Amino acid sequence: MQSLTNRSKQVSKKEMTFMEKLYLPAILGGMRITLSHLFKKKVTVSYPEQKRPISEVYRGQHVLKRDESGAERCTACGLCSVACPAEAITMTAAERKKGEEGLYREEKYAAVYEINMLRCIFCGLCEEACPKEAIFLTDRIVPTEFERGDFVYGKDKLVEPMDKNLRVDVSVRQTKGVLEFKQHPQYAHNKLWDPNKAIKSKKSAH
Amino acid sequence: MPQVTIDGREIEVPKGTTILQAARMLGPDVAPPAMCYYSKLKTSGGYCRTCIVRVTKMNSQNPNPMPKPVASCRTEVMDGMEVVNFTSPEVLEARKGVVEFLLINHPLDCPVCDQAGECHLQDLGYEHGASTTRYDFERREFDKIDIGPYVQLHMTRCILCYRCVKTADQLTDGRVHGVINRGDVAEISTYIQNSIENEFSGNVIDVCPVGALTDKTFRFKSRVWFTKPVDAHRNCTKCSGKVRLWFKGGDVLRVTARKDQWGEVEDWICNDCRFEHKKVSDWNIEGPSPISHHSVISQNHYELVKLKLETGKKLNEVKGKKKESAK
Repeated sequence: MQSLTNRSKQVSKKEMTFMEKLYLPAILGGMRITLSHLFKKKVTVSYPEQKRPISEVYRGQHVLKRDESGAERCTACGLCSVACPAEAITMTAAERKKGEEGLYREEKYAAVYEINMLRCIFCGLCEEACPKEAIFLTDRIVPTEFERGDFVYGKDKLVEPMDKNLRVDVSVRQTKGVLEFKQHPQYAHNKLWDPNKAIKSKKSAH
Repeated sequence: MPQVTIDGREIEVPKGTTILQAARMLGPDVAPPAMCYYSKLKTSGGYCRTCIVRVTKMNSQNPNPMPKPVASCRTEVMDGMEVVNFTSPEVLEARKGVVEFLLINHPLDCPVCDQAGECHLQDLGYEHGASTTRYDFERREFDKIDIGPYVQLHMTRCILCYRCVKTADQLTDGRVHGVINRGDVAEISTYIQNSIENEFSGNVIDVCPVGALTDKTFRFKSRVWFTKPVDAHRNCTKCSGKVRLWFKGGDVLRVTARKDQWGEVEDWICNDCRFEHKKVSDWNIEGPSPISHHSVISQNHYELVKLKLETGKKLNEVKGKKKESAK
């Protein structure tokens, strides 16, 4: 039969020599390579006892930040979700009720916020898209799980604790320009929630 | 028939046509943006000044320019008139100033606002505005007023375009809402907290260029760009029944009227269609709505045919050039 390409090779069925039939030289050659690795420097470390140095701006597990008073910054605007190239983020919004002003910063908040850590490629675009400084990637590494479903992180794992000592520090991730911008109190973005000022009206007909 | 030149393009229009209408006849690349003018509403326009243009030649008898930029929605064309819009840096600069004024009291709460993604003020700010504000003072705020179970009023976001007032005036009988107070504290409101109960009152949601009037049944349900618009119709005794359904998965989250390329409603729809029919079985689905691929709504909403045609054309051009250079 004519071959389709010119790349086909004839297989030779040469008979092995005596030395080759012994297999010993080949085995010893292989063993030499294997044993030499015993004396080489190890390329692995025994995590988690030992950790490799990582960058300050390493892109690991996400955190949903609270503001200084403890209210969640996320307002479920969906920009992280639409920016996400892996479509890993989903959310459901809800309206803040009276009395929850200390819990949620804005009128709207994320009742459900989920990141699928198996889909996430840790590119940091969600962090870049966020207009509320709510989501940040941190230098924490996402731990292993036994079930796939456990990798879908909800708000219980993403939102940082209320306790001020347990908050996740992300200041190293913010540029000088951003930190400076946060000093301007006239931007609504930086305003703290004030119960007396929140619903203020110049004049109302009623 | 007067002949008018806009941005170097000539068109003959019937007498009594405004510059804005003439520009719209020429197409979107010369038509100035408009926030308050609405072709379907009588006496609309003249409030926002977004559509200002410069008249460089008054008419064939009088070659002098008009002394300052004019609102194109309120200025009728004259024979031999010459108008510059996007070709004039002066107009663009003036429009930038107008946008800045419109945004002075606007709260910029787009992350919370349900209109974000289909908001004309967002588009205007993005296309014609400056990227920062120079305004340092407190923005005006209002008490929240409940105007009924269907329409949500956010007075702080209002730019006072009067479109909703004119809609309520011209479309519905027994108008219940309008503008009270003056100047800085002018606000859209109902008379002593009346709720809006009228069969066509839901249309004020569609005409609102910003997020001041939004659908209460859609409030915080989803961001606009996560929903998929689909054209549908049903037999309605009150209105044309031609609507746009906004799907998320298999659920209809919102029903709106269909809008044309200027963002204006094609057919007014009744409240029954808008608020009470949110089951897929209520509707005859026609097909996906055309969405500009520049719009954020076209995220998750792929229309490949056009894209293929465009890229095909480009590829052919490149191929043709290569062939020529090879020769």
